[in-house]
Amino acid sequence: MSDATDSQGLAGRLWGRDPVKVLALLAVIYAVYIALGLAIGFEIRGQINSIATLTFYIGVFGIMALALNLHWGYTGLFNIGIVGFMAIGIYTMAVVSKPAAETASQVGGLGAPLWVGMLAGMVAAAVLGLLVALPALRLRADYLAIVTIAFSEIVRFTLLSRTFQEFRIGDRTIGLGGGSGLLLPFNPLQSFLDVTRLNVLQDALVGLAEPIIGGNADAVINSFLYGVLLLVIVAIYYVVLTRIGRSPFGRVLKAIREDEDATKALGKDTNVVKTKAFMLGCALMGLGGVLWYMQSGAITPNTFRPRLTFFIWIALIIGGAGSNTGSVMGGAVFAAALFQGPRYLQNLVESAVEVDAPSNFAGAVAPIFDSLSVNPFLFYVIDNVRQLQLVFMGLVLIWLMHNRPSGMLGHRKEAAASVSLTRRPAGQTTAADGGRPGAGGGDGDE
Amino acid sequence: MSDTEVETDPEPSASGAMRDSGAVEGETGPEELADVSLRIENLRKEFGGIVAVDDASFAVESGTITGLIGPNGAGKSTTFNCVTGVYEPTAGTVYFEGEDITGLAPHAVANKGLVRTFQIARELREMTVLENLMLAPKGQRGEALWRSLLPFFRNEVVEQETEILERCWETLDFFEIDHLADEYAKNLSGGQRKLLELARALLTDPEMLLLDEPFAGVNPSLEERLLTHIHDLQEEGYTFLIVEHDMDLIMQHCERIIVMHQGKVLTEGTPADIRSDEEVIEAYLGGEV
Repeated sequence: MSDATDSQGLAGRLWGRDPVKVLALLAVIYAVYIALGLAIGFEIRGQINSIATLTFYIGVFGIMALALNLHWGYTGLFNIGIVGFMAIGIYTMAVVSKPAAETASQVGGLGAPLWVGMLAGMVAAAVLGLLVALPALRLRADYLAIVTIAFSEIVRFTLLSRTFQEFRIGDRTIGLGGGSGLLLPFNPLQSFLDVTRLNVLQDALVGLAEPIIGGNADAVINSFLYGVLLLVIVAIYYVVLTRIGRSPFGRVLKAIREDEDATKALGKDTNVVKTKAFMLGCALMGLGGVLWYMQSGAITPNTFRPRLTFFIWIALIIGGAGSNTGSVMGGAVFAAALFQGPRYLQNLVESAVEVDAPSNFAGAVAPIFDSLSVNPFLFYVIDNVRQLQLVFMGLVLIWLMHNRPSGMLGHRKEAAASVSLTRRPAGQTTAADGGRPGAGGGDGDE
Repeated sequence: MSDTEVETDPEPSASGAMRDSGAVEGETGPEELADVSLRIENLRKEFGGIVAVDDASFAVESGTITGLIGPNGAGKSTTFNCVTGVYEPTAGTVYFEGEDITGLAPHAVANKGLVRTFQIARELREMTVLENLMLAPKGQRGEALWRSLLPFFRNEVVEQETEILERCWETLDFFEIDHLADEYAKNLSGGQRKLLELARALLTDPEMLLLDEPFAGVNPSLEERLLTHIHDLQEEGYTFLIVEHDMDLIMQHCERIIVMHQGKVLTEGTPADIRSDEEVIEAYLGGEV
């Protein structure tokens, strides 16, 4: 907001930088949330909590949208089995890193260090990505979609099955926990802070917060810090994926998206390139799943339903497929407006007025005709906002498809090259000699 | 009725046109071509019960512009697709520069130096003209994922990219489309797309170019430019095989012409031979002279 008062040129130049766009968007989102929090009447503790939750979802949706952007935005691979790769990631990590079971009733793990488990999660997701890709990538795009969504459901049912609930490897009892899920006795944040010696900062923050928000400040501060850590990981994903996008490899990906046959005709082995891109994206999705759930205490297979996949798709579509900056922004907007927003709105309304919601739809609609009273209907809507969230998302999607199919930034030209294409290279001043098309040594002509 | 006309034709070329007529006249038999770039032997492609290419054999001499003509359904495009690996031939062999390339994948064929363009221009729509061109060069180190990602190797990639970019600008100048460099390929006119496709194919450093109807939908002035470019490139040593419907154009600009009809090679020879070949006139013009 403040840069509006600056000179037009500076503001324009700043706005041209992508990190500024993202930061400005985040600033607006946080400002709105803090204002809403004040309106609801949150204490400081509540404010920090809600900001921490919001940051968490901005982080995870940013991460997942970026990974999906590699598949869909760059390569045109229609992966609607994202959630399956997330589940593979977190479950592999759990099995590898959980400590061995102490009692017979517990399902244990292999007890490897946390980072080994995370790496194993990524590798497992990539390998399963390869298995999915091998038959499907050779076929038309829509077959990949069918295969991936089927795959994600197969993963979920496998996790649910009793067969894999518990089994023995050597003298260890490990397993996937079946329908009752797995406990995740991890504290990734603490491990990370301890390793990086950032726990000094953590202690300082807790010490600072304790007098203001009272006892147990570390829980609030930790969830806030985890959110911040996720944002840092978003930044890392962003840098890695942008680097890939701006390279000859990224150029081949884009070309495959546009026209695979033409790309083959130019001598590019598209099957290999597609498989690489797919596996890398799957690994990033696996890591995304790990980061999403590793600090949640427990996981159950039914968390990984296809709806999560579609949330990530909506985030990417809002941001604009093909743009990494757009993916991050889409993740943020989705998390703030569509995922957390309605719940927040519900809180706001409930704090402002006494919501006396009817218990069923008939009770909500009847008063409109009986006494022209719409309040029961509105209350009913507010009360059921979590269910209606999906309807909102559908409406937003329809609106986007009609009015802005390329999302916030999908229309942008983001050149796929590791050098700037905007100006011709120095030394290439005249075209008078007509230039010769390279083959016979274009350099020699100068 | 038209059959009988051919049968009763007194000229000897009628019966054995496929191989003999050329040989009889001297310099044109496939085996006698000085330096063969592409040779196809008994190429056959069946789709179910339909024989699209029926034991076609021909050769293209290095450094020539050779035309491949024939009425619709003659099997020209199928032949192209078999040569470039899009289809796997049912039988027969394709040699390029003396090497058997039958059944190689399309990208492998292109990397051998045999590069095609498409009948309907296949520009990469949502990429700029410059990006389209920069995709083409062979042996780009940055096409390996790890090299374009890891910091130390990245410099190497950037260095090569700078060279490639310069070559692309030179090519843009050569084709006089440098003003379109930053335009999305989808915004180009039909003719400009054909130029772009030719430019892109050239940047792969091919030995030989297969152009599938490069002049279809191109206005006369652009067509003139395309032809000038093709002749210039021929002088630099490129070999061309061009599928085209426009008889006059082929007659004027090709040194040798191969005529296909119903999946078979009807005849091959110089434009003068073809012009006087009754069978060709029969097949191509439906008997009217």
